[in-house]
Formats: sequence, C-alpha cells, structure tokens
Amino acid sequence: MGFKNSIAWYYFSSPKNFYALAGKLIPWFWVLAIGLIGVGLYMSFFVAPTDYKQGESYRIIFIHVPAAWMSMFIYLVMAAYAIIGLAWKVRMADMMASALAPTGAMFTFLALWTGAFWGKPTWGTYWVWDARLTSELILLFLYIGFISLQSAIDDPRRAAKASGLLAIVGVINLPIIYFSVKWWNTLHQGASVSPTMAPKMASIMLTTMLIMAIGFWMYTIAVVLMRARRIVLERERQTGWVRELLLGEGK
Amino acid sequence: MSDFFSMGGHGFYIWASYGMTALFMIVEVLVVVLSNRAVRQRLTRMVRAEARTSHRQKD
Repeated sequence: MGFKNSIAWYYFSSPKNFYALAGKLIPWFWVLAIGLIGVGLYMSFFVAPTDYKQGESYRIIFIHVPAAWMSMFIYLVMAAYAIIGLAWKVRMADMMASALAPTGAMFTFLALWTGAFWGKPTWGTYWVWDARLTSELILLFLYIGFISLQSAIDDPRRAAKASGLLAIVGVINLPIIYFSVKWWNTLHQGASVSPTMAPKMASIMLTTMLIMAIGFWMYTIAVVLMRARRIVLERERQTGWVRELLLGEGK
Repeated sequence: MSDFFSMGGHGFYIWASYGMTALFMIVEVLVVVLSNRAVRQRLTRMVRAEARTSHRQKD
C-alpha cells in the first residue's frame, strides 16, 4: 500500500496530471457544496429550535463555527503544503499553498464578522481584546502577510520560500486560538464541540452545524482547485502541454 | 413572514452575518471564474503570437 500511495502522490504532484484531475473533480465538489449548504441553511432556519437562553441570535453559530474551523484548518493544510514545497521542492505543493490562502483569509474574516454580530446581542459588544478574538485576528494578518509576500516577490520560487517560511512559523498561532478559551479567562464561550467531551448542544443543532461545516469544506475544495488550475497555467506556461492545451482552444 | 425576518428582534445581527457570508462566498467564486478566464485568454493570445512568429521564421 505504501508503494501504491507513493506512486499516486508522485503522479499528482505533476502539474499536468493535477490540472486534468482537478478539472474532473471540481463539478462534483460544487454539487456536494451546494447540496450540503442548501440543506444546512434549511435546517438552520426551519428545523433547529429557538435557543432557550439566547433566543434566535444563536443561529449565527451555524455559519460562525464552520467559518472559524475552516479558517484554522485551511491554515494547517496551507502550512503542510509549504513544508512539502520547501523540503522536497514540489512545485505543485507551493501552488496549492498559494491557492489556499485567499479562501483561508476569507473564512477568517467571516469568522470575525459573524462573531462580532453574534457578540453584540449576546455580550453587548461587537469586539473585545479577548484571547480568542485577538488570536483569530492575528490569523487574518498571517494570511494577509502570506498573500502580500507572494505578490511582492516576482520570482515564484523565492516567493514560495519566503511566504512558506511565514506560513510555517505562523502555525504556532493555531494552538493558541484553539486552546485560548481554556488557557485564559475569555469572554468567548468554551468549545461547543470537543473530541474528549460529550457535546454540550442539542443534537439537532450539532447536526446542522456539522452539515454546514462539511458544506463549507466542499466549497473550499472546489474554489481552491479552480484557483490552483489558474496558477498552474500561469507558472507552467512555457511547458509543451500548456502550450498545446491553449493552442487547441477555440479552433 | 415578517416574523421570520425579524428573528425575535435579532434579525439585524442574523442577516448581517448570513448576508456577509453569502456575499463573500459568491463574490469569491465570481472573482475566481473571471480571473481564470482572463488568464486563459491572455496566455492563449501569447502562445498563439509566439507560434505565429516561430512559424514565420521557419518559412
């Protein structure tokens, strides 16, 4: 199995094979994303009951928590690609890291935004300099730093190196975000879902949140693969297969 | 219907959250689709132009 796996990795680390495979997969991820988010939205408003403590405003949880999870998970995957790119000089890994960053930044912003609009009716304020909120804001700055470094350096290999290093160093912020509600006395509530404890939410609420989270995940894969295909074309434009692909168009 | 939109007085917060999320996710897809198309067109023009010049040189 190890051998077979390593062949698959090698095969799809070739930009040409990646481009073809991603093209076939993207429509399927869109179908899954639209289906899951559609069901999730319906459940968010018509199935999940009113919360006895927070009233209706708690419904923001169904997008807030998935967005916050994606903001951290995308960063982790981006840093993993950065390590593969730096350690083994896999060009495709660098391109995947670049493709992930804008979507990660978007979900980080949305986690902060939806959190602010949930905080106002719940805590009476849009923003506090609490450990959870501040470390999530730092995550947004890390994404912005990664994207600006890439656009500031013309040579793609040097850009990948500099931004990859930033991504890897920034990983230290992830456990800080995750455990902040435990380590410090924060205004932000504790984890809604944790692998070691029984969930503190009603199971219909939990199901709705998980469906939305998987929907956001499928959305991320679809949009990131589309962006990665563009990056492949730009960086590989001197290669024979890209030239043939482009010349074959519109004939 | 208006009960649904008022969300027990929390409508503003809920729709600001859901609205911004929907807006960003839709705009992100549009931006990716449009910039993918622009890049493909630009690269296709470049490759065609190069193919023409190299063809002429051979003649």
